[in-house]
Amino acid sequence: MSLANDTLRPETPDQLQDALAWSLSEQAPLEILGQGTKRGWGRPVESRNRLDMSALTGITLYEPEELVLSARAGTPLAEIRTALAEKNQELAFEPGDWAPLWGGAAGAGTVGGMIGCNLAGPRRIRQGAARDHFLGFTAVTGRGETVKSGGRVVKNVTGYDLSKLLCGSFGTLAAMSEVTLKVLPRAEKTRTVLLLGLDDRRAIEVLCAALGSPHEVSGAAHLPKDAAAGSEVSFVKQAGGSVTAIRVEGPGPSVDARCAALRQELAGFGGTEELHSHNSLQFWRELTDLAPLAARPDLAIWRVSVKPTDGADVAAEILAERDGLHLFDWGGGLVWFGTAPEGDAGEAAVRGALADRGGHAALLRAPEPLRATLPVFQPQAPALAALSRRVKEAFDPQAVLNPGRMYAEF
Amino acid sequence: MHMPEPDAGTIARKSEIVAALQAVVPGEGVIFDAEELAAYESDGLTAYRQPPLIVVLPETVEQVSAVLRYCNEQKVKVVPRGAGTSLSGGSLPLADGIILGLGKFNRILDIDYDNRCAVVQPGVTNLGITKAVEHRGFYYAPDPSSQIACSIGGNIAENSGGVHCLKYGLTTNNVLGIELVLMDGTVMRLGGKHLEAEGYDLLGLLTGSEGLLGVVTEVTVRLLRQPATARALLLGFESSEAAGDCVAAVIAAGIIPGGMEMMDRPAIHAAEDFVQAGYPRYVEALLIVELDGPEAEVDYLIFRCSEIAKAKGAVYERVSKNEEERAVFWAGRKAAFPAVGRISPDYYCMDGTIPRHRLPEVLRRMRELSEHYGLRVANVFHAGDGNLHPLILYDANVPGELERCEAFGAEILKLCVEVGGVLTGEHGVGVEKRDLMPSMFSEIDLKQQQRVKCAFDPDHLLNPGKVFPQLHRCAELGRMHIHRGQMPFPDIPRF
Repeated sequence: MSLANDTLRPETPDQLQDALAWSLSEQAPLEILGQGTKRGWGRPVESRNRLDMSALTGITLYEPEELVLSARAGTPLAEIRTALAEKNQELAFEPGDWAPLWGGAAGAGTVGGMIGCNLAGPRRIRQGAARDHFLGFTAVTGRGETVKSGGRVVKNVTGYDLSKLLCGSFGTLAAMSEVTLKVLPRAEKTRTVLLLGLDDRRAIEVLCAALGSPHEVSGAAHLPKDAAAGSEVSFVKQAGGSVTAIRVEGPGPSVDARCAALRQELAGFGGTEELHSHNSLQFWRELTDLAPLAARPDLAIWRVSVKPTDGADVAAEILAERDGLHLFDWGGGLVWFGTAPEGDAGEAAVRGALADRGGHAALLRAPEPLRATLPVFQPQAPALAALSRRVKEAFDPQAVLNPGRMYAEF
Repeated sequence: MHMPEPDAGTIARKSEIVAALQAVVPGEGVIFDAEELAAYESDGLTAYRQPPLIVVLPETVEQVSAVLRYCNEQKVKVVPRGAGTSLSGGSLPLADGIILGLGKFNRILDIDYDNRCAVVQPGVTNLGITKAVEHRGFYYAPDPSSQIACSIGGNIAENSGGVHCLKYGLTTNNVLGIELVLMDGTVMRLGGKHLEAEGYDLLGLLTGSEGLLGVVTEVTVRLLRQPATARALLLGFESSEAAGDCVAAVIAAGIIPGGMEMMDRPAIHAAEDFVQAGYPRYVEALLIVELDGPEAEVDYLIFRCSEIAKAKGAVYERVSKNEEERAVFWAGRKAAFPAVGRISPDYYCMDGTIPRHRLPEVLRRMRELSEHYGLRVANVFHAGDGNLHPLILYDANVPGELERCEAFGAEILKLCVEVGGVLTGEHGVGVEKRDLMPSMFSEIDLKQQQRVKCAFDPDHLLNPGKVFPQLHRCAELGRMHIHRGQMPFPDIPRF
């Protein structure tokens, strides 16, 4: 390969297409990077050439009254958040700021990276993930062709929904030049009901009860003692035990009424407390950004998605095999587990706990040698793996885009 | 509208195929008598009719798998069918293909209130899910207007919407998992009771794939708790511009109503004549704005919407005082299609989506087209999300009128694309809008979509003739011409 260790930095969509044409012509696979903040998530890419998307920037369309925003894929997420905040809007699925998890600066990251990783925060239970707000794109496939899919309207069933495929594909199908997102108004007010000192099982019962209520809960998390102790919300930090949190958001009078109703209905589970505006925002921001795990750079991190009522059992089973720091989001359906990056980093324990239950686990953070040898994403049954491979080949038959990032086989 | 040329060889082998299918699905499950086949000759798009070669009605996933495997090996085309309510001809049969009907998959398998989901077979109706859980205060959110009849499997094929999707999403946002059978008979599961399937989002891809990628044999849907209360505002305006401004202002104020519907004057009159909902006849545009949620919130937002409407020049306002009155507000809107059916021998329902602020322009040009084609049009509009349903009035018994109506409809959809919208918001492409796809997608875009199809069904046996105007062989689509060493130094900044 004549141009090893090259970094291509296209500044226009045409140059992006040229970059792929070069890659194909030179048989030089590319590692696609925005700002590289989440580069540590996934297997190490088998390529020495980089496609740096950070010069493809700018919001190309923002119509607040139509709830739609388009931007070049390399646009800093911070720029998009600022533009939305000026109109009192936001990305409702609450994408986290995960750069600090890998030692990066807070506030970094691009909108393309957010889509590539299909980010979603605590509001996932109510508003969905990036996939649910991703309306359309323009991208260059691994065939070097510029394709578009979807549109700029929220209701659209014209042709296959290729946006879903690209979202969460970690750059293995196409390099996006532009993305279009649905945006939503920010809630006027937020409040959080807290219950203190519950064990995991009891806590998840509370969360299920709250989510099954008509009070439109938009956050349902449980922090065991160790995870709660690191919070900057003094009330949570000083709780001295576990903290179970239930968030309500919306217009002022509604939030007050729902909060009161929840406290009354959950009284049977123990005493309740309340976090108001600033503290409530801070608490959920910490969870969105995985602050308890960002504070522990020494740990490998597992992201485990299960049906909510399995959450406590899965965590107990993993902890019986291996020490670690754990916490729950999505009403118990998302278990975060930090453990020493030694041996198999807990892979057998984590995946073993899912064996008879369903769900999936991904190794979000671990040293590179571990990520090169362990299956970072949930291994798939043979038929599904074969289908995934055929889909990959439909977009990128020569495997020039992020080869090996998701699965060793392609 | 042309379908792929029927294969005479397959038709000649009918009795052999019937025997093979009977070996898989015993008893009454294989239909091949011409008279009985006639019941399957069309779906909700009745303008097109074609009796299938054979209908097979399996009862188990093993049978579905065996039928598909046989058809794949024998190169027999298959058209999957749920309740047959598609408005785009999604389950229009083929003369040389079998209809794979999922009607016998009609059981609710598991309702899990703790995890707020239900596992059902694909032939269960959309409303059937809500009916099964409403006694516990839950419901399934997407509510297409055919919900009493349409099946959840069909909803997945079409990514069905309804009047509440701005707030609660389409089918794709409310499905957690499926069991899927590929054309070669392979059975697999995508997702489950947890959130998000692992790996590529094939569940998201399958939703809205119009029965071209696989056959769904089980579905896990998200259940939501019913809102504590719902109230509606009925607002009248002197122009569609003013009504459109009001919709924009409501959203700009940070309010996402549960439903926000608009009707134009012809639709208002037709509905009022039919169900006497008490709509004002003198307004040019009528809005129904429904707020749902906790009582305190609904009261507060009704007040704010009312203030906004006044500021935007509403000349008529009523607020529902009870459930009965709310139902009356909706009665006219929900009866809009049959109401239009009363004033015209036939009507044709279109389904484009536009950026909302282009509505006045689109309505104006639609009026011009209406004059040009000499056909009346009434409009109902999911105003919150820009999904437009023009109803073109025509008489199929007048020679040439159906063709004029179709030409008019095509012009409307091209207009939607021209202003930044799309061909279909919730009804699907099917056969109806298939030949318009090039107005929205380039040849390269369409070929890429077909490459995805090839990953699932390389011989184009599953529902061919739908969605894509031209079928390319998968081998041809997979070919690449790479010229090694031709771009050693492209003009790209590098480091």
